[in-house]
Amino acid sequence: MKSAVLVFPGINRERDMARALRLISGREPAMVWHAEASLPDGTDLVVVPGGFSYGDYLRCGAIAARAPVMDAVRAFAAQGGLVLGVCNGFQILCEAGLLPGVLMRNAQLKFICHDVHLRVERSDTPFTRGYNAGQVIRVPIAHGEGNYEADEETLKQLEGEGRVLYRYCSPDGVVDDASNINGAAHAIAGIVNDRGNVLGMMPHPENHVEDIMGCTDGRGLFAGLVAHLENAA
Amino acid sequence: MKARVTVTLKSGILDPQGKAIEGALKSLGVDGVASVRQGKVFDIELSGSDKAKAEAALKDAADKLLANTVIENYRVEVLS
Repeated sequence: MKSAVLVFPGINRERDMARALRLISGREPAMVWHAEASLPDGTDLVVVPGGFSYGDYLRCGAIAARAPVMDAVRAFAAQGGLVLGVCNGFQILCEAGLLPGVLMRNAQLKFICHDVHLRVERSDTPFTRGYNAGQVIRVPIAHGEGNYEADEETLKQLEGEGRVLYRYCSPDGVVDDASNINGAAHAIAGIVNDRGNVLGMMPHPENHVEDIMGCTDGRGLFAGLVAHLENAA
Repeated sequence: MKARVTVTLKSGILDPQGKAIEGALKSLGVDGVASVRQGKVFDIELSGSDKAKAEAALKDAADKLLANTVIENYRVEVLS
């Protein structure tokens, strides 16, 4: 799997992401500066990492979403290329119009930084095939604006088309208000676009991939992508 | 030319920041505050003197960047 990690001013999780990709795919990802007009040849996966691009000025991800490299990402996604956005990356993908909806201020108005549980809603997608449907995984979150909102029509469409891949839940997989950490509509933690090749999620799977991290539940996401691409090749 | 673009949340969109400000105003004893919605103001200086052109450019700016029209409305005013 040849991956490209986008780098914007103010992004700070790109090296965690690169480490996870290197570890699981066995290949060094390319780091791509936001001013680039193209992606490296043969890119299989574009990752928009987390952080605080442009200091979260204007709206989280708003300015990064208009960077030159995003035109290349849009073209890549239009051809069916896989795109993963984590945390600020999810916000950037929404602002760029690659995913519907918006990430609002957490309902409790607090920046939240700790582990959460996610229910994997289905396993038949490139982004979830490393897990079983219904499986509960533990991964960290670290965000102040992760409260996913969209209009009723969009939410209905996301649910109807099975595009909610990850949902906040209790340790035993129950989706309830208490586990919906940031107040997101339908407890949404991660969604895909209509074609299923662009995933945005607030939690950080890249931070739970090694024993030293105390948990390796995030590995499945990356291992699933590697397996998907190997099968496609 | 001076212009102002005002960006506000659409009605029905939850505004936790506005709610917090509302709570703070009430706790300060400011009388008669029923509710607060917060937004953004952009004061923009434009070169040229064609008002219609300026309005079109500001609208373009708001659509492309200043507002997220999924959740926000905007108003464009050319002031002088």
